[in-house]
Amino acid sequence: MSEFHPAALAAGLPRAGDYFARLLPDLRWATLLAGWETEGSIAFWFYRLDKWALLLVETANMAALATLGGGVVALLLSFLAARNAAPGPWSYRLARRGLEAMRTVPEIVYALILVWAFGVGPLAGIIAIALHTTGALGKLFAEAIENADMGPWDGVRAAGGSWAQACRFAMLPQVAPNMVSYLLLRFEINVRGASVIGFVGAGGIGQELYLVISQNYYEEISAIIVLIVVVVAMIDLLSEAVRRRLAGDARA
Amino acid sequence: MLELKNLTRRFGERAAVDGVTLAIPQGQMVGIIGRSGAGKSTLLRMVNRLTEPTSGQILHDGTDVTALRGRALRGWRTRCAMIFQQFNLIQRLDVLTNVLVGRLNHRPGPLATLNSLLLRFSAEERAMALDALDRFDLAEQALQRADTLSGGQQQRVAIARAMLQEPRLLLADEPIASLDPRNARVVMEALRDVNRRDGLTVLVNLHHLDTARRYCGRIIAMQAGRVVFDGPPDALTPERVEAIYGVPEEALEAETPQPSAA
Repeated sequence: MSEFHPAALAAGLPRAGDYFARLLPDLRWATLLAGWETEGSIAFWFYRLDKWALLLVETANMAALATLGGGVVALLLSFLAARNAAPGPWSYRLARRGLEAMRTVPEIVYALILVWAFGVGPLAGIIAIALHTTGALGKLFAEAIENADMGPWDGVRAAGGSWAQACRFAMLPQVAPNMVSYLLLRFEINVRGASVIGFVGAGGIGQELYLVISQNYYEEISAIIVLIVVVVAMIDLLSEAVRRRLAGDARA
Repeated sequence: MLELKNLTRRFGERAAVDGVTLAIPQGQMVGIIGRSGAGKSTLLRMVNRLTEPTSGQILHDGTDVTALRGRALRGWRTRCAMIFQQFNLIQRLDVLTNVLVGRLNHRPGPLATLNSLLLRFSAEERAMALDALDRFDLAEQALQRADTLSGGQQQRVAIARAMLQEPRLLLADEPIASLDPRNARVVMEALRDVNRRDGLTVLVNLHHLDTARRYCGRIIAMQAGRVVFDGPPDALTPERVEAIYGVPEEALEAETPQPSAA
């Protein structure tokens, strides 16, 4: 069924290699550190760094807002979607199916619809990523809750605490470190998502990336990809530091 | 007065508690003994409705506890505190906040609820919690995380939490089964203290008959979900125990209780 032909692969591989070769910047030792007007310098390769940096900041902002917004909604829904904490079987089923539906639709599809509704720009992108994030994180959060020890839950319930109080006191402190971990991982994923979502006009670096790909500005494609990789690596280092600090934190 | 009338709980085909009828006057300290799986835990958990009875009735001072729902049920649980074999503290929170959990249902209104969700408590409540901790020699540990305490200390924190509920009853489900003998004695003395000084009815599940005899004014023995003995400690002689369980007392006590069994 899948049209996988070894011959097509053999024919295509050199072409792919050729494309990657074209992406490589034309750097020369002699002029490597020269100004942005000199061909063969790093500055020449990244000659639009100012514009790209702004777009990358916008991309990271979109990802951060979408991760936070989606994370908050996911947190609220996850208690309904966890078998052990759900107030009733109907809430469990409803929340589970709802989260499933939200994460099944790819963010680019949400973005296409929302660009049509809200117009071209980051707002559509943020909402699109937040919707998908809610579905993806909600499931992970709910599973963290299902793995938690139910002893404290009994303790709070036996003290006359309400359902919300049991969630807050007995559950959240246990699962918060896990949730923060998932949230940071999701932030990283969302930065990548936010850099693609601009392809359909939903803001961020993606719009620029789409432009240079469609117009075959090879060196600019590689420059932008390198920048995205650098940003993601920076976020990874940052989240590692945050995780480490939270692990030693007493109050969650 | 706490009355249980024909209380039954089935798990599938098996009856964990089978038609238990008891009357417990206010202020008694009652030890419930029996083997693992005799239905002691299920019985206690039904009294504050952590486990729902299959049939039968629980009455407290004329109130039908089995019919309570929502806010009224939470009110009952507040009046009927419980401590557990595994302490059931929130390990990652500090001791003081754990004790303040006992105040959660004493704060009416949506604003107070919101404050509780933000872990904000009033100065009076904190003072109450510190007093309760001080009573059980734990004031110094108030700001430590619960998981830094020993088992005996954790169980006393749980008793302090229970006392902050200002309850009329205290249910204790195998409170000393996870503790060493010295800590077990401290915890049992704390239970006796709240029974005598605060006039609380205390229902305590115990594995060791000696402990029950030493601390309780009344002993109830259970076997396969039924009450097989109910009387003063003197009446529960070793011969009587062997007659009830078919094995000598030492053999019965050699069995280790299962942690947090139903």
